[in-house]
Amino acid sequence: MAKLTMPQMGFDMQEGTLVRWLKQPGDQVQRGEAIAEVETDKAVVEIESFHTGVVKELLVAEGTTVPVGTPIAVIDAGDEADTAQAETEATPRPAAPADPAVAAPAPGMPAHAGAATGPAAVAPASVAPSPRVQDGTRRPKASPLARRLASEYGVSLQGIVGSGPGGRIVKQDVLAAVTAMRSEASGAAAAPMAPATAPVGPAAPAPAVPVSAAQGSDALVPMSRMRQTIARRMAESKQQAPHFYVTMAIEMDQAMALREQLKQLPDVPPVSVNDLILKATAIALTRHPRLNSSLEGDAIRVHGAVHLAMAVALEEGLITPVIRDCHNKSLVEIAREARELAEAARAGRLKPEQYQGGTFTVSNLGMFGVEEFAAIINPPQAAILAVGAVTEQPVVRNGQLAVGRIMRATVSADHRVTDGAQVALFLQDLKAILENPLRLLV
Amino acid sequence: MADITYREALRQALREEMLRDERVFLLGEDIGAYGGSYAVTKGLLEEFGEKRVKDTPISETAIIGAAVGAAMDGLRPVAEIMTINFTLVAIDQVINNAAKIHYMFGGQFRCPLVIRTVGGGRRLAATHSQNLEVLFAHIPGLKVVAPATPYDAKGLLKAAIRDDDPVVFIEHSLLYSTRGPVPDEDYVVPIGVSDIKRRGRDVTIVAYSRMTREALIAAEELAKQGIEAEVVDLRTLRPLDMGPVLDSVARTNRAVVVGEDWRSFGIGAEVAARIQEEAFDELDAPVLRVSQLEVPTPYAANLEKLAFPGSRQIVEACQQVLNIQVGAPVAAG
Repeated sequence: MAKLTMPQMGFDMQEGTLVRWLKQPGDQVQRGEAIAEVETDKAVVEIESFHTGVVKELLVAEGTTVPVGTPIAVIDAGDEADTAQAETEATPRPAAPADPAVAAPAPGMPAHAGAATGPAAVAPASVAPSPRVQDGTRRPKASPLARRLASEYGVSLQGIVGSGPGGRIVKQDVLAAVTAMRSEASGAAAAPMAPATAPVGPAAPAPAVPVSAAQGSDALVPMSRMRQTIARRMAESKQQAPHFYVTMAIEMDQAMALREQLKQLPDVPPVSVNDLILKATAIALTRHPRLNSSLEGDAIRVHGAVHLAMAVALEEGLITPVIRDCHNKSLVEIAREARELAEAARAGRLKPEQYQGGTFTVSNLGMFGVEEFAAIINPPQAAILAVGAVTEQPVVRNGQLAVGRIMRATVSADHRVTDGAQVALFLQDLKAILENPLRLLV
Repeated sequence: MADITYREALRQALREEMLRDERVFLLGEDIGAYGGSYAVTKGLLEEFGEKRVKDTPISETAIIGAAVGAAMDGLRPVAEIMTINFTLVAIDQVINNAAKIHYMFGGQFRCPLVIRTVGGGRRLAATHSQNLEVLFAHIPGLKVVAPATPYDAKGLLKAAIRDDDPVVFIEHSLLYSTRGPVPDEDYVVPIGVSDIKRRGRDVTIVAYSRMTREALIAAEELAKQGIEAEVVDLRTLRPLDMGPVLDSVARTNRAVVVGEDWRSFGIGAEVAARIQEEAFDELDAPVLRVSQLEVPTPYAANLEKLAFPGSRQIVEACQQVLNIQVGAPVAAG
């Protein structure tokens, strides 16, 4: 018997409401399969069973709110889970790793046929791996090289989807998983990532197998866990949150001048344009709290603090580390934290609490020369700010043509939470702050 | 450096070694007056005379037996057996005499003998179209050589004649007219050294004799598909030099072993076994073999063509170890 408990999803979750059971007593449930919907203070999420077995008993009625750690269901897992782990947290789906059950091929699947039928015998087309049934211990099918690399990089073959024949895990699958883990994993998981003898660099974008080089032939590259998470969350956001977009041009001459002046001060750490934008955004959000909100059922949670998430591009995806309590932090504090978080993100050293709980996101593609773009809202947040590069452009000042340094800022906002005029007012304030940047210092 | 045929390269090797060392002499069926069944020895009788170019009766036992005796007595015989199929008649003298004399007499005798013979017949039916190199490669005490190019043929034949051990030198009937560059100056290719004939990063093709040529054709075809195959030519089957093969597999992680012999217990089986023994942790896919179909070679031309391996089968095997499905429909969307 194994007991599932209310999982902690996010560092600040204290309790959860069981919205709906997806399995009933007597139902078969696979490890990794959704078993219930749970509402937290941020969202409704599906939670997954940690065990394969039969649902024996549901301990919590639908609609009931219970503290984190409370047993919510009993699963008869046969002899698999009788031992030490009597209680296991159910796994929150959005953060769950790739389903290990899908990673392993079905037992007894033929590697290939016709071993002795002569040189022309080519194995049948590779068969899609099918879910494993009730076997938590079967060794994943992997090439010797894949096993060696997995061991060198300290990654588990469980959870890696094999792209080889019959679902065999091959070199490129391990390298893709390593890259994904590097990008996504927390410090503890990332630590052993440096292989004893690293034969390869970051390899996921270009699989080692030459199919990528083959003209006219396709490459089937398995999605990393990070890619899967991005795919799911962005699709959810675009499908559920009605986006609208408001763009404003901001003259950055004064802000750039301020930055130059700050550079001259010997005891001030470097401050980037993005740091100025983060600080200005934090100030503007305190005046326009509706953009610093989340939708929760029929209510809108207006956050009391500004936790700014900033998008950091990685080799295989992106992550949004969070600078907490930006409303209380100085420009220099924000600049230092932003730099530290970006470095940690690129090194794969972010801890979950460093990328969870953001209340608003800033995404900046200015360093790529992008003039303006629109971002997808990072749920459950209500809005996201997308900023482009500062470029020299003709501007009219006092009836005279002049060269100004212009930056375009676009807010994507959830129309269920806020409206065009509110976003426009926010942008107006943001513009005023950046155009009179002394406000960033007081 | 001249572009000459495999046949001419072999003739040059024989002639140069006969000029260099008067202990060297040739014996075999029709090698003198007729010039050899594959015309390798043409002109040598005229140049060196009957004492050093001996036509023999149709008796392989006599040829090998006389050669073994001559070698034990200090000469350097080069015996020609018209095709490898006919060595079966004399195989006791090859395996039980030539291969073992040095060992069983405690080093008192050497047997510096070269048996030149020919594999890979075409349109000669089941008893005359066999690739029996594995019979000799199996035997400790023998050296077995199977060159693919004129350069290697000449250099290895000279090395074989200078070697103090019995060497079974296997030519290929379909290679005699192939051409390649050969230096004008004296050179040898050492026995027991494999050679990378083409560089590539994606898959290792191990081959020898005529299959090296087929492997190179296959590599050209694969290159058009964006696959860079590395071709390792074993050149010598015993002693087998696995170094370049293992180095290559360490880079490509995938291997296809090609032989014109039959698959079961063949050269490919040996090479594949050594790869997994010595490079297990480098392998990203099973090692595949390409070989002759396991039937006596058919006489009918259409069936014979189906039985022997070629570049097409090598391409397919490479695609298979790379898990590339060819002709599979691409899913819509």
